[in-house]
This record gives sequence, structure tokens and C-alpha cells, in this order.
Amino acid sequence: MADVTMRVWRGDEDGGTFTEYVMPAVEGEVVLDVIHRIQAGPAPDLACRWNCKAGKCGSCSAEINGLPKLMCMTRMDVLPEGEPVVVAPMRTFPIIRDLVTDVAFNYTMARQVPPFKPREPEADGTYRMQQIDIERGQEFRKCIECFMCQDVCHVIRDHEENKASYAGPRMFIRFMELESHPLDTDDRRELLRERMGLGMCNITKCCTEVCPEHIKITDNAIIPLKERVVDASYDPVAWLGRKILRRTKRSALEAALDAPGQHTPTRQEQPTRPVVSATDHS
Amino acid sequence: MPDNSHDIETHDYDVVVIGAGGAGLRAAIEARELGQRTALVCKSLLGKAHTVMAEGGAAAAMGNVWSEDNWKVHFRDTMRGGKMLNNWRMAQLHAQESPDRIYELERWGALFDRTKDGRILQRDFGGHRYARLAHVGDRTGLELIRTLQQRAITLDIDVFMECKILRLLKDAEGAVSTAVGYWRPTGEMVSFTARAFVLATGSIGKSWLYTSNSWESTGDGHAMAAWAGADMIDMECVQFHPTGMVWPLSVRGILVTEGVRGDGGVLRNSEGRRFMFDYIPPMFAAETADSEEEGDRWYDDHLNNRRPPELLPRDEVARSINSEVKAGRGGPHGGVFLDIATRRSADEIRRRLPSMYHQFKELAGVDITAQPMEVGPTCHYMMGGVRVDAETEQTTVPGLFAAGEVAGGMHGANRLGGNSLSDLLVFGRRAGMAAAQFAQGRTRAPAVDGAEVAAVVAEAEAPFGRDGGESPYDLQSAIQQMMQQLVGIIRTEDELRRALGELDSLSERAQKMSVSGGRAYNPGWNLATDLPSMLTTSRLVAKGALERRESRGGHTREDYPKPDPELGKVNLVQRIDGDGNYTLEPEPLLEMPAELKELFEEEPH
Repeated sequence: MADVTMRVWRGDEDGGTFTEYVMPAVEGEVVLDVIHRIQAGPAPDLACRWNCKAGKCGSCSAEINGLPKLMCMTRMDVLPEGEPVVVAPMRTFPIIRDLVTDVAFNYTMARQVPPFKPREPEADGTYRMQQIDIERGQEFRKCIECFMCQDVCHVIRDHEENKASYAGPRMFIRFMELESHPLDTDDRRELLRERMGLGMCNITKCCTEVCPEHIKITDNAIIPLKERVVDASYDPVAWLGRKILRRTKRSALEAALDAPGQHTPTRQEQPTRPVVSATDHS
Repeated sequence: MPDNSHDIETHDYDVVVIGAGGAGLRAAIEARELGQRTALVCKSLLGKAHTVMAEGGAAAAMGNVWSEDNWKVHFRDTMRGGKMLNNWRMAQLHAQESPDRIYELERWGALFDRTKDGRILQRDFGGHRYARLAHVGDRTGLELIRTLQQRAITLDIDVFMECKILRLLKDAEGAVSTAVGYWRPTGEMVSFTARAFVLATGSIGKSWLYTSNSWESTGDGHAMAAWAGADMIDMECVQFHPTGMVWPLSVRGILVTEGVRGDGGVLRNSEGRRFMFDYIPPMFAAETADSEEEGDRWYDDHLNNRRPPELLPRDEVARSINSEVKAGRGGPHGGVFLDIATRRSADEIRRRLPSMYHQFKELAGVDITAQPMEVGPTCHYMMGGVRVDAETEQTTVPGLFAAGEVAGGMHGANRLGGNSLSDLLVFGRRAGMAAAQFAQGRTRAPAVDGAEVAAVVAEAEAPFGRDGGESPYDLQSAIQQMMQQLVGIIRTEDELRRALGELDSLSERAQKMSVSGGRAYNPGWNLATDLPSMLTTSRLVAKGALERRESRGGHTREDYPKPDPELGKVNLVQRIDGDGNYTLEPEPLLEMPAELKELFEEEPH
């Protein structure tokens, strides 16, 4: 096979430049494989982050040909053939070295999320939740914290000054995950409005476009959150939305289980066996 | 040698936890909740540890799907899966406490998949008699690490990210008192003094060529404990997971969850035959289906049918795949075929196994709802490790605790799928608790020996001072090729002796390697500092494998293909003395009490 030309940004906080590496092409490789071969060959000190190499840990985010991508999930054969592959660090975060950026901002913001406060459990000490009621939360919990949504967010991409007062899409889905949690009892609307800068997002959906987990960040998290923080007395639609959402916090079955004389159905009382096996063929 | 120890950044804590996967996070949470000033030190960013790769689920006998399940059944499955080499008390505590640890995660915000009556759903896995794995699709590890991470940061635990620990140092009384390492972003040295240390550093799997493990799994904790004089047990027991990806070469080794088989997937050879029916060992014959029809019925009716042989413990399945490929019945890339496409609907596959669907689609161009996956064994898990007390996870070195994969004993000679995530929670918590107690009782402030610190620093920096030596990447690759070839899934005396010889020469070469560039975020240098751990752990594995002249669990000897009942009664205990000499002694297993022994006499079903 032919060679591939990798144009990789090398440098640190004081500046840097793109350096070209011409490497033999290997069938089936992803960008991260070629970076690893550059490390094992011409540039042993080329800095990049990686862990799982399977799209599960979100460590190897970079801007490939100008677009934020996971290096481990970007196959070389989907990039334009015969053209150099340009690999740059995420622009929104301060450079440490080469492809590695200082993502501490995200961890600082994460520390400001109040701890989860669940309601009291059932009499047996555990909880009942219906699958349908947790699916929204599960969507957000797919987040692998690659921080590419933060990288493309206009509010902070070229506005360092906004970082002090803006949590960003990654944190908004974290908030929405808590808000949609069936066991949640907390109210975070003040925090979202006052400290997390929710109002600064102008819903351009860039975050949604780059999410490697295909989480609908804008539609399913940011817009519903914006509706919630609008003062109930001024916005009847948002008020209604909250009421409707409140109902989903507890399913009918859960309510029934709490009712006087409640009991937990035993296995024998359940209509079909097994109730739900791991291979639910429905 | 200049004593520059006073120049390096120093931190003091009650408890320092090294490693921030499931076990480390859970230990730090416990120590902090018990009022200890706690630090969590990890090589990567928080939330990226290898736990995040766990897919199938966490085994806990909650009985939500099959009320027949209870801790005794789980205990029995674990011991039999481990070929009875397990520390029985750890297996018992694990089986008894796992359900509470799962429910605890739920209180902390985890969202496990549900049964129709709203409880935590449980999935079938190899070696577990009942569907027992609490899970979230096929990304359970992510859920676990995120929940613990989010809990930890609300507790005011100090997290030192991208900080690699090189060595543990002891005070005059022989208790561990200092950990010395460096910050990866700057390359600056740092030391931690503490009253108790918890090792939670995970695996050693990066010493093999085909592995599901990430760059971090270089056996740092195993090696640091051994260098500090701790007992290491059963280091020969390495698990090769039966189903890793085999193609393209660049992804070879990446894990394909056992959940595929738990959810109905079957293994076929190039002739289309479900070959696992040809490999049912006598130990499991009574509880394994002997026809495809019975195996297929089992998914819906566990009580009147026996489990399909695809769900035998991992060691059995991995060996069987190896045999099929050797017999010339493998696929085009040296694997066998894992077929779920003809067994379940496309919708169900995408819903139950979303990340497998994604992984094959993106990386291999294979649509698993329409085509089989080609899979083969990959180095996956280290059963052996630091010897610990079952209740406290205290090692044989005072002030040092170990939990998770770095600790040995819990899984015996072979780990059942799903038992790792619950292991992290159960023993992470116990280690955190015992470390907190030890820290409170330790009256003397931990002392630092400046000269020892300086020696660690000098050793780490040495490759910068050499010119023209080998690259650490070449050495790592040489270790991986050698371990894959000579200390792989099937072992022989001759190959193991050759491996030990190779390790001698690799260690000499490592003394001469050189590193270029600066200290700040230099992966070449970082790798150079990982190599000593890889070499030490590889040697411990090869030595143990040579001495265990039998086949048991993850350890298979071609020249001793059967288990030896006498060797089944001992742990192989290895130590490294102050002069760097390795010793190995067989020591009797802990005696199981009579009431637990009875569990192994009754017939299943």
C-alpha cells in the first residue's frame, strides 16, 4: 500500500507548529494507530492521550482535518486518500504538549454539581424504577467525557473569559440526567441559572453534532433545562412541562407499591416466567 | 549521587490510594467517609481507568430474575470457576456483600437496566448458574466508574491525575510510609507520605501482544508490592478471554463481551459446527446441555434445561477456541465465529449490545446484526497478585493494602465474568475501611529517607542521561512478542525456561535504554518508567508457570495437561528479597470450613 502523510501539531503553551510524518499505510488502521507508529519510530516523545482504543474512555479526542474526533475510532480509510491527515489538539483547552490539552476546566465544573439526593427507598431498602423512566437518564450516562462537545461550544471555544461562569454541554447533560432521574429530589434551577450559565448557550447544536455517543445534547438536555429554569410564574408552558415531568419521576407501579397494604409481587404471582430474562425476546 | 529529595513536591495524607479504577475509587470513598484525609493518585485522567472497558455486568446474587439465587450458589459457582484455588473467605465475602454494593451504587445515582417489575435486571454469563449480572446494556463499567467518580468528587477527596507512582518506601519499622512518583504533564517528581496506602493498580496485561488491556496495565502495583517485600500468590494464573477481536490487526485483542453469549450468541467453526459441544469437561458435564435444542431452551427456562456450553467458564472456552483453530477449523484471520445475527433480531442486538454493534461497525466494518464476528483469545485478566487478608485486604507488608485486580486469591485459577466489577466494590470498600483504621492507629508520623527518594528519582531519570541505547518502545514490543509466544495461553517447560532467559537479557537491555526529548508529557520516557514493572511481573508469571506443573484454570501446560490434586491444595507464593532474589514456595490453601465444603458435595439441579 501507499504511504500516508500525517501533519501533526507539535508544541506547548509557548507555541508550536505542524510537523509532517510520512508513514507506510497499513490496512484497517485508525488515526491513533498511525500516531502510535510515529511514537515508536520518528517521534518517541510525541504526546497524546489514549486508554481503551475502542471508543469507550474518551481519552484520545483531537481535531482531525479540523473536526473533533476520537483518534481511536477514526479509520484512516474514511479520510480523503492522498491528502495529508491534519491532527491538532482540541482548541478550547490550554495546551500541555502536542495533542494533549489541559482539560481541568471540565473537572472543576464537575465538582460544582451537587451530590445526588434520592428519595427514600421502598420498605425492603431498594428501589423500583421502570425501564422507560430511566431511558432518558441512561442516554446522558452514555457520555464518555471526551469533552469534544465542550471543545466546539461557541461560548467557550474562543472565549476563555466565559469559562468562569459557564458549565458547557457536558455538564448540562449531567444536570439533565439528574433532573430526569426517577429518584431525584433536588432542585438545581437556581444553580443552573446563576452559576452554570445555561442562558449563554444559543443552541447552535454543534455539541450534538460531534458527540461520538450520539447523545442529543441540545434537544434532550439543554432545551428542556432552559424550559425548566424559566420562572414558572412567567411561563405557563414551562410550568406545564415541569408538572408533566414530575409525574414521570415516579411510575404508577412505584406509587402502587408505596400504597397502604403494599406488597412486593413474589415470583409466583408474576404472569410469565422468567419475568425478564437477559434475553428478553419481546 | 546528590540528595535532591528536599527539592521535590511532597504531600501528606492519612490514606493514599494508588489507582482510580473501581477498586481505588471505592476504597478512597470509604476512607474519606471514615474521616481520613484521602488522596487518590492515578496515571490517567479520572474516569478513564480500565474499569471503563468492562462491558457485561457486575455479578451479585440479588435474585431479581431467579429467586432461587443466593450467596451460597454464587460462592459455589465462583469457587468451581476458580478450580478451587480461590481464597474461600474472599469468595464468601464477595458473594455475600455484592448485592449491597450494587444497591449502594443505585443510591449514588447509577441507572441499571430494569426488570419488568422495576428491579435491577440481571443477565446470564459463563459459569453463573443463574442470571446474576447487574448491567447497563454492554457498558456497565462506564456506569460503575462514573457513579463512583461522581460520588468521590462530592466527598472532598484530593485527586492527583496523570501522576505515576514509581516506588513504595518503608520506614525503619518496615511499614510503608512514602510513595514516590512524577507528574506526567510536567515530568516533575512528587512524593506522598501517608499512614496507609491502598494499591488498586489493576492488571499486568500490557505485557502480552494481544490483550484487551490499555497502556496503563503494566503491573505497577504488582511490582511495587513485590519490591516492597510483599507475598505474591499464583502469578501464573492469567486469564485469556475467549473472545477478543482478531481483525483488523490494529484492533486485535479488543474485548468482545461475554454478554454476546449470555444473550444467545453461539460459537461456530469454519464448518458451521457449534464446536463447544465437543469440549464439555467432566467437571461441568452434569450442568451443561448436550444438545443444541436443550441449550437453546435454557435461555427461557433455566430450571428444566441445562446451560449451553458456550457459557462454560472462560478458561474452558478459550482453550477450546485455541484447539479448533489449531485443528485448521478457524476463520480467515485465525479466529472462530461468534454468531448472534442468526439468533436474535437486529433490534434486540442493537438494544442489548449497542457498544459491540458500534465497535464492529466502526472498526472492522462488520454489521453484527447480519454477519458473525470473528473472535479469538486475548489476554484479559490477572487472577494472581498480592496476597491479602480476606477481611481487610492488608498485604504482608504493614501499612500496605491491595484491592481489585492487583490482589490475588479471590478468583483462584480462573475468574468468572461479572465477578470483577463486584470484586472491586466489595474489596475496594473493605480495603478503604481497613486502611482508615490502620491510619488511625499508626502513631508515628511516616518518615521519609531522603537518600532512598533520591535513588528512585535517579533511576527514573537515568534513561535521559544515556545516548544511543535502545528505545523503550522496541523493548516493550520485545517483551510483548516474547510473552505472547512463550508464556501465552498454552505453556511448556521448555518455553518457560526460554522465557526466563529472555527476561534476563531484556532486563539487561532495559538498563541501557535511552530516552529523548523533555520531561513534560513525554510518552517515551513514561513508557521507560513502566518497563521495570512489566519485566518484574513477567518474571513472576513465568516462574509461577514453570513451577505449577499441572493445568488449572487460566494456567494450561501442554506437558501437564491435567490438574494435579496435590497442586490444587497450594498457592505458589513468590517473594523478592532485599537483594532482588526471587523465591518461590508452595503454601497450603486456607482450610474451608465443613459447612461450606458441603456445598460442593450436592449435585446441581
